[in-house]
Amino acid sequence: MSTPAVEFRGIAMHFGDKAALRGIDLAIAEGSFVVLLGPSGGGKTTLLNILGGFLGPTAGQVLIKGADVTQVPPAKRPTTTVFQDYALFPHMSIAGNVGFGLKMRGVPKTERSARVEKALDMVGLGHTALRRIHELSGGQRQRIALARALVVEPSVLLLDEPLGALDLKLRRQMQEELKAIQKRVGTTFVHVTHDQEEAMAIADVIVVMNDGAIEDVGPPERVYLRPASRFTANFMGDNNLIEGRVARAEHGCVAVTTPLGGFDIRGDAEAGASVALSLRPEHLHTEAGGGRVALGRATVMEAGFFGTHHQCSARMDGLDTPLKLRLPQKRLVQPGEVIGLHADPGDMVLLTR
Amino acid sequence: MAHPLRTIVRALPVWSYVTLLYGFIFLPVGVLVLFSFQDSRVPVPPFNGPTLRWYEAVFSDTRLMDALANSLVVGVASSLVSLVLGFLAAYALARHRLPGAGLLQGILTAPLTVSYLIIAMGLLITFNELGVPKSLLTVGIGHVVINLPLCFAIVYSQLGEHQANAERAARDLGAREWQVMALVTVPMIWPALFASFFLSVTFSWDEFIIAFMVSRFDVTLPVEIWSMLRTGLNPKTNAVGSFVFLISIAAVLLLDLVVFRRRRA
Repeated sequence: MSTPAVEFRGIAMHFGDKAALRGIDLAIAEGSFVVLLGPSGGGKTTLLNILGGFLGPTAGQVLIKGADVTQVPPAKRPTTTVFQDYALFPHMSIAGNVGFGLKMRGVPKTERSARVEKALDMVGLGHTALRRIHELSGGQRQRIALARALVVEPSVLLLDEPLGALDLKLRRQMQEELKAIQKRVGTTFVHVTHDQEEAMAIADVIVVMNDGAIEDVGPPERVYLRPASRFTANFMGDNNLIEGRVARAEHGCVAVTTPLGGFDIRGDAEAGASVALSLRPEHLHTEAGGGRVALGRATVMEAGFFGTHHQCSARMDGLDTPLKLRLPQKRLVQPGEVIGLHADPGDMVLLTR
Repeated sequence: MAHPLRTIVRALPVWSYVTLLYGFIFLPVGVLVLFSFQDSRVPVPPFNGPTLRWYEAVFSDTRLMDALANSLVVGVASSLVSLVLGFLAAYALARHRLPGAGLLQGILTAPLTVSYLIIAMGLLITFNELGVPKSLLTVGIGHVVINLPLCFAIVYSQLGEHQANAERAARDLGAREWQVMALVTVPMIWPALFASFFLSVTFSWDEFIIAFMVSRFDVTLPVEIWSMLRTGLNPKTNAVGSFVFLISIAAVLLLDLVVFRRRRA
């Protein structure tokens, strides 16, 4: 296996009595687009700051391409950052901003302007080189910040909630662009966000963080479809968690007893353990069919039309919280209606933590 | 719609007040300037018609011109020193966690509240103790004492999160500490630097008590004017006073034009 672009070894960070990070071990593969995802206060920005050199960890090591950079200041690290507020230099032209890093590295003027031009073309702002920062829109500033960070060809590009200040439409558009640019330049991107949709749209690998620890690491499909923990299952999109107990366990298959009945699920757990089953709203159906089993009858409490689907909540006997449903576009339901629910046990995910 | 006459009557107290207030402030200066053009030996009414001979006398007076040059040298040099020291202190206190930062800040700004007379006496005693001869250098030191707190306070108030983020970005892009300061911090807050420098120059230009007490053979313009006044009033003193006033006005206008107009734009 080749050397990872970034490796965290036992990173811990304490601010006074408060532990912001507790023993983070993580390897990030060269050329991948990694998203650190989690609620605010989960430690993701702290981890990014430690990678950028803006914070020194209380314990542990940071390696970039195999070299220990734990004690190296930001200026000497092969990383650059796209900051949340962009932090552009208001007193410089756009070309001055983008060329700053090259100037600091002593790149001669002619080569510098050629590379600046190339970087501006890459973000689609080649015509703006001589303009000033305050003449640009938010989305354009974002791109300049990206060009400024990428032009010095860092080993790792850090992005600290870079799309947070943009409106939704521009945000979606920039996500696609970020992804495309990352594929083109092949640089390792480490991106921090609390928006799980954004994470799924752009990431090769999602690192779910909560309370200073890593909850789950994997490609978006895996993290969404087979979450590793209750936290991940709840944080990544809507979900229904059904608490239960393991009745039997054998050969990677467990029988779980829940208020909705007993199910045979893929997974490992000890007999007698309390577990939860994750069941996505889109995996609950009103019709039987395929490998689906009947779960029982539910009373619709609320229903809303979301264009592509109807979002409903429905109460079922034996469950404390209402189930979230996502019914097909054409399946109209009214509050108060009683519907039968079915699900494929293959869609259920066994959660042991 | 209000009757025009009523509008005028209503506005009358306002305008009278404004006229009185400005008259109170500017009448002495107006009289000073007017009688600098007095064509007689005494600057008192009646006004005998304009002449420029007193200005001629001022500009051909080598002692006055020497004092003027001294004032400029002391003003510019002491202001530069105040600005550099004030900026460095403000940068350190705004960007780093220093032990006793609150105390340091208090001590730095404390001289603003002390009267110039007390500062002058303190300096005089200190220079005597240390055996430092009274000269333009000691006057300059005195002016640094009064202007450093001013420069510090102005610059410190302008060093916010906005610049801190840009400084962080510069470091991230490979800038060394001196480059961060020279290429990012200073250009971003230059209006504040410019304003503190000009205020310092005007304060030093006007300052009398310190300059009087800690100078000896080479004196600054206010001290020279004071010694002229001791021999009695004549239109020449009015002329030199008008000239000092003109320079101060020019400095303020320049400051306004360069710093505040730009910020509004």
